[in-house]
Amino acid sequence: MEESGSVDSVESLSSSTTTRSDRSSVAKVSDTELRSKGMAFEKVYKDPSKGELPLLAEELVQDAAKDVTYICPFIGPARGSLTVTNYRLFFRCTDREPVFGLDLPLGVLSRVEKIGAATSRGDASYVLVCKDMRNLRFVHKEPEDSLKKSVFEVLMKFAFPVSNNMSLFAFEYKQVFPENGWRVYDPLAEYKRQGLPNESWRISKVNDHYELCDSYPATLVVPVTITDEELRRVSSFRAKGRIPVLSWIHPESQAAVVRSSQPMVGQNGRRCKEDEKLLQAIMDANAQSHKLFIFDARPSVNAAANKMKGGGYESEDAYQNAELVFLDIHNIHVMRESLRKLKEVVYPNIEESHWLSNLESTHWLEHIKLILAGALRIADKVESGKTSVVVHCSDGWDRTAQLTSLALIMLDSHYRTIRGFQILLEKEWLSFGHRFQQRVGHGDKNHTDADRSPIFLQFIDCVWQMTRQFPAAFEFNENFLITILDHLYSCLFGTFLCNSEQQRLKEEVPKRTVSVWSFVNSQLEEFVNPLYVHYPSHVLFPTVGIRHLQLWVSYYIRWNPRMRPQEPVHQRYKELLAKRAELQKRVEELQREAANRTASTSSERAGSPTRSITPVQTFV
Amino acid sequence: MLSLGSGGAKSSKPSFVSYVTPEEIKLEKDLPKKEKHPDLLPGEVVFCSANPILKYTQDDLSQRGIFGTLFCTNFRVTFLSDEPKQEETSKTFKNKLYGENDIPLMCVDHIYGVYDEKKKLITGSFVKNKYPSKMIIHCKDLRVFQFCLTFTKEEDTKKIFQGIAHHCLEEKSLKCVFAFSYAGTPSPEMQRKQETIMFDSPEDWTQEMKRTKAKCRLVTENENFELSQRLPKYFIIPTALEDLFSYQGKGLPIWCWSHHSGCALFKASFPLMTQEDGDFQKHLDTMINAVAHNYLYSVKTEDLSESLPTILDIQQSYNKFKQFFLIDNSTDFWMSDMKWFSSLESSGWLDIIRQCLQKAVEVVECIDKDNTNVLITEEEGTDLCCVISSLAQIMLDPYYRTLMGFQSLVQKEWVAGCHAFLDRCNHLHQKDKECHSPVFLLFLECVWQLVQQHSPAFQFSETYLTVLSDSVHVPIFSTFLFNSAHHRESVMKAESPLAQSGPLSCPTVWDWSVQFDSKAQNFFFNPLYSEKVKHEKTARKTHKPKHQRQLSLPSTAFKTPTKKGFFKDETDSLKKMLRVKRISRWMGSPDSPVAATREFYESWQQRPLDYHGLLLPCLDGPAVRVWMQRYLRWIPEVHILGGGSMAVMTKLMELLNQVQDLKRVLEQRDASQAAKFDHRPHLQNRLFSFGTSGRLSSSFPFAYSRNRSFKPIIPTGLMQSLMVTDNLASQEDEAS
Repeated sequence: MEESGSVDSVESLSSSTTTRSDRSSVAKVSDTELRSKGMAFEKVYKDPSKGELPLLAEELVQDAAKDVTYICPFIGPARGSLTVTNYRLFFRCTDREPVFGLDLPLGVLSRVEKIGAATSRGDASYVLVCKDMRNLRFVHKEPEDSLKKSVFEVLMKFAFPVSNNMSLFAFEYKQVFPENGWRVYDPLAEYKRQGLPNESWRISKVNDHYELCDSYPATLVVPVTITDEELRRVSSFRAKGRIPVLSWIHPESQAAVVRSSQPMVGQNGRRCKEDEKLLQAIMDANAQSHKLFIFDARPSVNAAANKMKGGGYESEDAYQNAELVFLDIHNIHVMRESLRKLKEVVYPNIEESHWLSNLESTHWLEHIKLILAGALRIADKVESGKTSVVVHCSDGWDRTAQLTSLALIMLDSHYRTIRGFQILLEKEWLSFGHRFQQRVGHGDKNHTDADRSPIFLQFIDCVWQMTRQFPAAFEFNENFLITILDHLYSCLFGTFLCNSEQQRLKEEVPKRTVSVWSFVNSQLEEFVNPLYVHYPSHVLFPTVGIRHLQLWVSYYIRWNPRMRPQEPVHQRYKELLAKRAELQKRVEELQREAANRTASTSSERAGSPTRSITPVQTFV
Repeated sequence: MLSLGSGGAKSSKPSFVSYVTPEEIKLEKDLPKKEKHPDLLPGEVVFCSANPILKYTQDDLSQRGIFGTLFCTNFRVTFLSDEPKQEETSKTFKNKLYGENDIPLMCVDHIYGVYDEKKKLITGSFVKNKYPSKMIIHCKDLRVFQFCLTFTKEEDTKKIFQGIAHHCLEEKSLKCVFAFSYAGTPSPEMQRKQETIMFDSPEDWTQEMKRTKAKCRLVTENENFELSQRLPKYFIIPTALEDLFSYQGKGLPIWCWSHHSGCALFKASFPLMTQEDGDFQKHLDTMINAVAHNYLYSVKTEDLSESLPTILDIQQSYNKFKQFFLIDNSTDFWMSDMKWFSSLESSGWLDIIRQCLQKAVEVVECIDKDNTNVLITEEEGTDLCCVISSLAQIMLDPYYRTLMGFQSLVQKEWVAGCHAFLDRCNHLHQKDKECHSPVFLLFLECVWQLVQQHSPAFQFSETYLTVLSDSVHVPIFSTFLFNSAHHRESVMKAESPLAQSGPLSCPTVWDWSVQFDSKAQNFFFNPLYSEKVKHEKTARKTHKPKHQRQLSLPSTAFKTPTKKGFFKDETDSLKKMLRVKRISRWMGSPDSPVAATREFYESWQQRPLDYHGLLLPCLDGPAVRVWMQRYLRWIPEVHILGGGSMAVMTKLMELLNQVQDLKRVLEQRDASQAAKFDHRPHLQNRLFSFGTSGRLSSSFPFAYSRNRSFKPIIPTGLMQSLMVTDNLASQEDEAS
């Protein structure tokens, strides 16, 4: 009787898929579920309690404990066995029908909190606080101290390898995928797609060895009229040397989106003539407009406060024809706090009667609104105003990355495709040095680190909001976004490790680890939006009114079984894809048939009905 | 409050409107102008008109607008632009009865006058002397119109303002409703395919009993409303019931629906028992007993007036709620955006929706899980009883999730079931506030929640529901004009001799061709509806599951009813049991009903998905949402240009239509090669009209974003929205 209830029923609470397996076909569904997590299991670990554990090739069981109780906030205590490997924690419940399991990568743990010793029976109990909006509580009933202690210690060791001077599991993982995701982004190819270099913009190698700026990519696009020497002078005037460089150029108007860090104006209003010249050159590169908009992502108060520390913002005296706009987006600490409150409101239980006011009190959606509104204003200036823009915040790697990448998604349909979105992340986030290591704290037990902040999550949330508003404009589905977020924490892939391109090269991340895109691009069908329609030239202007923003339930509240759809969403996606293909086939058949008949019956009419139909083929 | 002309943020780019300044128009006025007249419906009469009136454009803060003539007829308030008529080719969803500048009189909710920049609510008595410079009309379908009256001659202003106020706000008699003057000819198309079951004949009821395999008794004794004027003409009661002629049908359990197990849902009007009236109490016990006899001697009763908000609560909550969508200008909009969630919560509207769905789930649980008969009661038996019984039936029976099934359900429970539409909708502007309540709208809201959560289970679309909610206020349809079957019949009888051309031609709302052409009616269908799987497929499987599937209500996950209530002869203890159940609420478990239904929901959720089986809504906080399409469609600030769910729906419809068109072309070619019927113009036409669908706004097919310049809407006053008070805000990003 146990056979059917073994690993097959790793249930809904497992990590990267959000779905609950259909009871009637448990074996099949969870099989694909597991595979969809990119784990082609090469060996199987025989659990002492008869269960089987599918392991990755490099995965080793470190410890296991029987008779562990998982205090599930939704279904109550569940007893079973717990296994810890060097990559994940696996809990298999044995006293419940149907059997379910927990399967989470250790990378997702933010902290492990012991609360056990207090109980009279001497049970050891601890809570795993996770980065993905859940807490898991386990109680060990083992009488011997040794065992429970060892599991706990092993957990601490492998959940926080960096703090223990060990390497992350990503460096062990050697899975080979049909595609090499590290080749997804080639800066030169991407700039070439945008038509760069051109008569106004050149590709500079001044940062080839990361000497100009260690958090910037090696390849930079700058105005032709500015020499590398001048760029070096500019770099000393911009915070962390992050000079204004081009992110994107409008194919028609030549209006550019330029990003940078804050100018080091300071209290005395320092000026830098090279910087002023650079901004002038950026403006001049666009013949359509004699103005330049500088978007400072911060609230003006904060921007002004930065002057005390040598930073600040561009004065309109020094930068003529430039107009400065503050976008009032708060800093990483405010965002971290907001997400903390949100977790309190949604996990584990939702207080029904005050749900809306509780949600409002977290301010999470208001922050989303401000970020989207900022990106919208940027996109509007570029698209409708045909004006070039410079975007910065303080260091230009958090809010700036959010704003430019969102504006780019609005402006350029390429970034709404699966591969285009990967390029966008590789470019705006990874190569331009969003500090993933610091913000996420991979393998670091210091959970109170003030540098942690859900900036990237917030960006993905904004993207999700746009996919909600434009359900046909994105090639990828929700599952794609959730998978990215899951692997942001999982430490299975090397993509989101380190803080900058330079660090990743130094650590040989592309050589020693697998890219998450290898995994994603090897099973694209999981991530395709069946409703996608490719309109190459469409600019998307989302509505930022809070009435149209929603909490991303299937991410933030996905652990609550009640909030899950009865049918796994991706199953529905696949059905729709099939339906679409079927319909398309039918249309083609009918068209062919019509054409044939027209040809055979009346030759003078041949083809006309067919021709009148063709426009719809844009649907494919 | 009203920031006139203060909208500096807007660009001065010309859009479609004319920017004649008031001075210019005065010059133009002297020119001989040709009289313009609205296209009147048959039977429509113009009461008064005024020209020039400036109608402000909604999408703008400034005082810009269009000049034209304002008319008040016996059907509507209508504004006719001086501009040449806009090309309306893009209007795939045109209502034949009223256009975007028409407000049916019954649709007017409130009229405000602006006096010296101050907005005042106009009531009938307020009209006397002063005339406002600006008139704002809030409609029941949530449109907002603003007319400037200052360019008109005082006399005309007086006439039009008084006329509109009089006809829209003053109490009037039912005979004045336009339906009784409307002389539209019933469309032959409608007569041909009348598929909605009207439940106005004994056959309809017998058929419905047959369909659900009910074993109850059809009552025809009320044919001439001798039993009660508040009861339907025909209805069905438990077979065990004999005595019909006592207490004017009070407490009479009216059959709603039977489950395949045999248990059934009944509703009854139970007057509030103020004192111990022994006889009446006995009468009620007999009634309950009769229900129990229907199946397995089990019954659960629920007094809805006790456990659900009153109709007054519903009215007050909705009044608060709708204010968030009646937006006069952009500044107000962005201000209200800031406290959106807490305002929403304070209105309590979503909570009322949740409570109704919750109650319906409880009913469903009793029927589907416990297989007990259920009797829901309330004082009148025609308000919340209708809501709950219809919702339960939609959850239980996939037939009611088809378009025709849904319409039949509304006929059965609401129209034939004597919901007092006339009073509840306040069509006649009666001052007596007690009886108005948007009960039917509440029902549609609940259905929308189900549609939203389980879209493939429904054959109709949210657009259909939105249109239906609008149609309540179109004074043409007999469906929503009466308080009961008796009322309808007596009025129709009294009125028909007056209309000399034979019987009163008052269409029902289900004759959609009165409002929309067949192309527009396509929007009523959900392109993602998962049609019922053909039986051939399941036939291959073993016979037992096939049979169960056909019943459409798989109760496999549950055990068959516990037979504990099975005591045939112990009528005394039965009565005791019933009494106890009635008093201590029906959820015998110590848990709250909420917790119990939660369990029920969870076990349902774990069953394999079946869109043609039982359907339950998720009721947790985030799952109950605002009906965006209905409430946000007229607010330009929230229109998503090129987005929204309609973008997808249109796309899908396009493809499905294309398949159908091609099929038709082929069929016709097959049928008659000689006929050579040319289809090309038709096809091209359709393609042209859908061709721009990629850029339709989210408000499609209702409001047409006329602002084709495609500019994003940049919110104002963002900073005030976020008062982060803690010191985190002032910290540096780098904590070093």
